[in-house]
Amino acid sequence: MSDRQPGFATLAVHAGAQPDPTTGARATPIYQTTSFVFDDVDHAASLFGLQAFGNIYTRIGNPTCAVVEERVAALEGGTAALAVASGHAAQVLALHALMTPGDELIASNKLYGGSINQFNHSFKSFGWNVKWADATDPSSFERAVTDKTKAIFIESLANPGGIVTDIAAIAAVARKAGVPLIVDNTLATPYLCQPIQHGADIVVHSLTKFMGGHGNSIGGIIVDGGSFDWRASDKYPMLSAPRPEYQGMILAETFGNFAFAIAVRVLGLRDLGPALSPFNAFMILTGMETLPLRMEKHCANAKRVAEWLKARPDVSWVSYAGLPDDPSHALAQKYLPRGAGAVFTFGLKGGYEAGIKLVSNVKLFSHLANVGDTRSLIIHPASTTHRQLTDAQKTAAGAGPDTVRLSIGIEDIEDLLADLDQALSA
Amino acid sequence: MNHDTYDDAYIRDILESVRSIAVVGASNNNVRPSYFVQKYLISKGYEVWPINPGLAGKDILGRPVHASLTELGRPVDMVDIFRAGEHAVPIVEEAIRIGAKVIWMQLSVRNDEAAALAEAAGLRVVMNRCPKIEYGRLCGEISWIGVNSRTISSKKPARSGGFQHLGLRRPPGVV
Repeated sequence: MSDRQPGFATLAVHAGAQPDPTTGARATPIYQTTSFVFDDVDHAASLFGLQAFGNIYTRIGNPTCAVVEERVAALEGGTAALAVASGHAAQVLALHALMTPGDELIASNKLYGGSINQFNHSFKSFGWNVKWADATDPSSFERAVTDKTKAIFIESLANPGGIVTDIAAIAAVARKAGVPLIVDNTLATPYLCQPIQHGADIVVHSLTKFMGGHGNSIGGIIVDGGSFDWRASDKYPMLSAPRPEYQGMILAETFGNFAFAIAVRVLGLRDLGPALSPFNAFMILTGMETLPLRMEKHCANAKRVAEWLKARPDVSWVSYAGLPDDPSHALAQKYLPRGAGAVFTFGLKGGYEAGIKLVSNVKLFSHLANVGDTRSLIIHPASTTHRQLTDAQKTAAGAGPDTVRLSIGIEDIEDLLADLDQALSA
Repeated sequence: MNHDTYDDAYIRDILESVRSIAVVGASNNNVRPSYFVQKYLISKGYEVWPINPGLAGKDILGRPVHASLTELGRPVDMVDIFRAGEHAVPIVEEAIRIGAKVIWMQLSVRNDEAAALAEAAGLRVVMNRCPKIEYGRLCGEISWIGVNSRTISSKKPARSGGFQHLGLRRPPGVV
């Protein structure tokens, strides 16, 4: 007995997207509608009661968004997914299903700065308390576990430092603590790393970055790994207890190994509201079809740029896990064998002023605050995203005065190197 | 056979070949899977026979409830078990006696001894699965709620009436 399993590139093009049953449209249509007509009162009751499959209202689900959901679930090896308005929305909804006021979340201290802000400040007003652990030391996660811990949150490939996290070691800590491991896989994408295979229970993404890949649409997603036993304890009543919102239905009983994806939809998205627009879903889907091709080129270009920078006299250091002497190189070989991604930082001997000069002089790289675009991007964090911090705080955040972050695109490598060369030499 | 995983073709063949399904442990509480799985199967054209000794003589979804498979007094193609695994053996023995061809145990229900008994008598067995989820997965409906159906296809999905209803090949003889 063995169903033939399609390969990654086939799934990237096809998963979730059959021809439209009415028109035969082969590309996924943009179902730009708020609502869906019921057959009759009984059909409506079944849909509202989660007893029939189908669409009601685009805040809860939409056929274009559903194709994104199934495709990412398939690419990550998960059981189901929920697409939402942004990566930040994905993080809020994933944790909303797990946390109540007074609960604790253990998070890696090397997260994307926007996530650090969200966890430190916005989550505080929900009564969700974050305990930070050292991304490079799995035992620091174990020491942070208390009886209030509800989840552990890490990035597979940290932004911007390019640090690779030991997913399997931290998954073991989560299993022992009886809590799910959530992995933000935005910078790696499932093409480079599938965290569920290494023990993650939930994967989140900003689809805005490499998944959509063209810098045109904001989106996020939560993928259910299907591996966590929500009924093993009473810690997760949204999944294991009868829900008053649905007349006493128990989601983990009714939906089995995709109950988490249903919970974040029907308890989280339904009530908090950050729905993905069908148009953005269409743009992201179109981008995802070429994910394997783009990631190959992104990684190959990034490695060349990192090597080239490393050999320059005006560059003091390069932090890219694809370089053999990088501290993350061994973990990169385990978790990212196809390439170490395309976002990394490097330091300029000329410090702050040299950073300003570089971002001012580039003509092909775009000076902006995003990553994971087809275009190559550059930012000098000390003068932009991190400018309100002291020098000591900047350095601790991996954004010292000399630090420049690159997100390498899919242009011709010779043109990227020529642009950096003219900007550094100007 | 291995009951940890099933081929799609195995599940599809079962769902496309059975017409009548007895649901042991059927509920009339409309938030229980043991209620709305019956409703879903009826909507897909199956002939459903609820079995529950506590509700015998009443109706669920317009179908008469019987106390046991033996009391039902007629053969069915498939027996869907909504009881804890430890109760499965006597239910399978009854199912074999009334000529059932398939034993299906719901999500979280598994009893390997009962499965072996059924297979020795020539029945096909599915355990720890839900026929509603499997039907929805194979016809494509479950994709509307973001579930990984683990199927890809360039063919036209089969519509089955109304706005949002897809189907498998209809069971023979069922309108």
